[in-house]
Amino acid sequence: MGMTMTQKILAAHAGLSEVKAGQLIEADLDLVMGNDITSPVAINEMKKMKNQNVFDRDKVALIMDHFIPNKDIKSAENCKCCREFAARHELTNYFDVGEMGIEHALVPEKGLVVAGDAVIGADSHTCTYGALGAFSTGVGSTDMAAGMVTGKAWFKVPAALKFVLTGKPSKWVSGKDVILHIIGMIGVDGALYKSMEFTGDGIANLSMDDRFTICNMAIEAGGKNGIFPVDELAAAYMKEHSKRDYKVYEADPDAEYEAVYTVDLSELKPTVAFPHLPENTKETGTFGEVKIDQAVIGSCTNGRISDMRVAAEILKGRKVAKGVRCIVIPATQNVYLQALREGLIETFIEAGAVVSTPTCGPCLGGYMGILAAGERCVSTTNRNFVGRMGHVDSEVYLTSPAVAAASAVAGRIVCPCELKD
Amino acid sequence: MKANGSVFKYGDNVDTDVIIPARYLNATEGAELAKHCMEDIDKEFIKKVRPGDIIVAKKNFGCGSSREHAPLAIKCAGVSCVIAETFARIFYRNSINIGLPIIECREASERIENGDQVEIDFDSGVITNVTKGETYQGQAFPAFMQKIITAGGLVNYINEK
Repeated sequence: MGMTMTQKILAAHAGLSEVKAGQLIEADLDLVMGNDITSPVAINEMKKMKNQNVFDRDKVALIMDHFIPNKDIKSAENCKCCREFAARHELTNYFDVGEMGIEHALVPEKGLVVAGDAVIGADSHTCTYGALGAFSTGVGSTDMAAGMVTGKAWFKVPAALKFVLTGKPSKWVSGKDVILHIIGMIGVDGALYKSMEFTGDGIANLSMDDRFTICNMAIEAGGKNGIFPVDELAAAYMKEHSKRDYKVYEADPDAEYEAVYTVDLSELKPTVAFPHLPENTKETGTFGEVKIDQAVIGSCTNGRISDMRVAAEILKGRKVAKGVRCIVIPATQNVYLQALREGLIETFIEAGAVVSTPTCGPCLGGYMGILAAGERCVSTTNRNFVGRMGHVDSEVYLTSPAVAAASAVAGRIVCPCELKD
Repeated sequence: MKANGSVFKYGDNVDTDVIIPARYLNATEGAELAKHCMEDIDKEFIKKVRPGDIIVAKKNFGCGSSREHAPLAIKCAGVSCVIAETFARIFYRNSINIGLPIIECREASERIENGDQVEIDFDSGVITNVTKGETYQGQAFPAFMQKIITAGGLVNYINEK
């Protein structure tokens, strides 16, 4: 029986010629990562271990991004714990204020992950790096601690779902709409424990940023990982960002998939996930007036340069509606700087938006845009659970940066095509 | 190993944000996290829960974030076991790794109601609903995971290796 891309990467990292869905394996890791929320817990767990050393100081990355610059004393203590740990173990990849970015935008940008890698991160959106043809998945702090010490993790080899993407997305349709459409189709547990393997000629019409966004939200369908084949665009991205050699794995022609779905990208419309689950999707134009109080453009899902560009394209020469707070958060220092150089930041500020230093901040209701009771936010983030961005009686509507920017101008959720010039 | 307690029943897709809201994630200690366990879905939970009590839910329990703070908050609130039709995969891993017993059982998830008195035998996977006089067969762990649980979590398992 043939293997999927994911199964081949896992087999190679377990030193096996073949693996099957359901098999329990121990795999070598190319990167173990954590953030300022999950790492302190992992560091405490590591203190209980006999071996107190990290397996490879180049292959452990700690990225301060959730509550920093520190939002309160406890957050400051957590970052201090990480900072001291990184210094003690002489970690090569420790990113703090000034160098940090939102981890899942920063890790690929810094070239820390390449095709063929096996990566765990103590953050559920670690599945993002599948866009580069790597196996990467989210774990908890104890797995992170074990990974930091042993350089290994146990996995149940996942079964797979195949998504054949065809056609070219129309104007204002992006990776976010693709993944929201898929989650709407299969549900928030539609890919539970499974890999989501993307393929088809439509991939050529998706930018790397689109692919990162799609893989990022594999977890929102319950997936273990999302993964794209490595094409010229992915190869060029890795060449630009990383000095490391990469290895391309391709799914066997007779690889087994539990289901195959075909998605014609040309038929997709800008999509919105209504509260309180990412599967509650509706296409713009199919629902009545949804007024908003806030728009958030950023996060590990949509804080990359192409997201900033499309938001600026819409906000250029326009104003954020009175009564709406529009918060733009470039995901990394590089994205911020690039946006500054291209004049995008000026566009945001002139439109009446605010621009923040990189942080996960409002996405998980941390800070920098918390909602009061009864308030509604249109957001390019990844979750719209009860209380996710603040009060339990607030609401989050997940969209692309294009829809979020257009909605900030209109004061209600709209497709950019509905805005007057 | 056995568990025995009264049930707090919830529905599908109980996510990690309602199990422990991110506004409390600046804390790392289980006891502190437990004070806010289930707060955004059931404000009464933490007032009513007694040591040994059991959470029963439907599909995809623990979906969302990788925060280990979620199973930790549940464990430190005194809950002896979570039964669900299915669990989100990171929550499942985390529970095994920190030693919070969890069992997948569709029948139990469907039949057990809020307030029912339930007993669980972890060796056999048999769940007994004392209130209704019914038993359900839960799924036993694969041998590998059983080893981690028996060792008292992943850290001990690695230390013993």
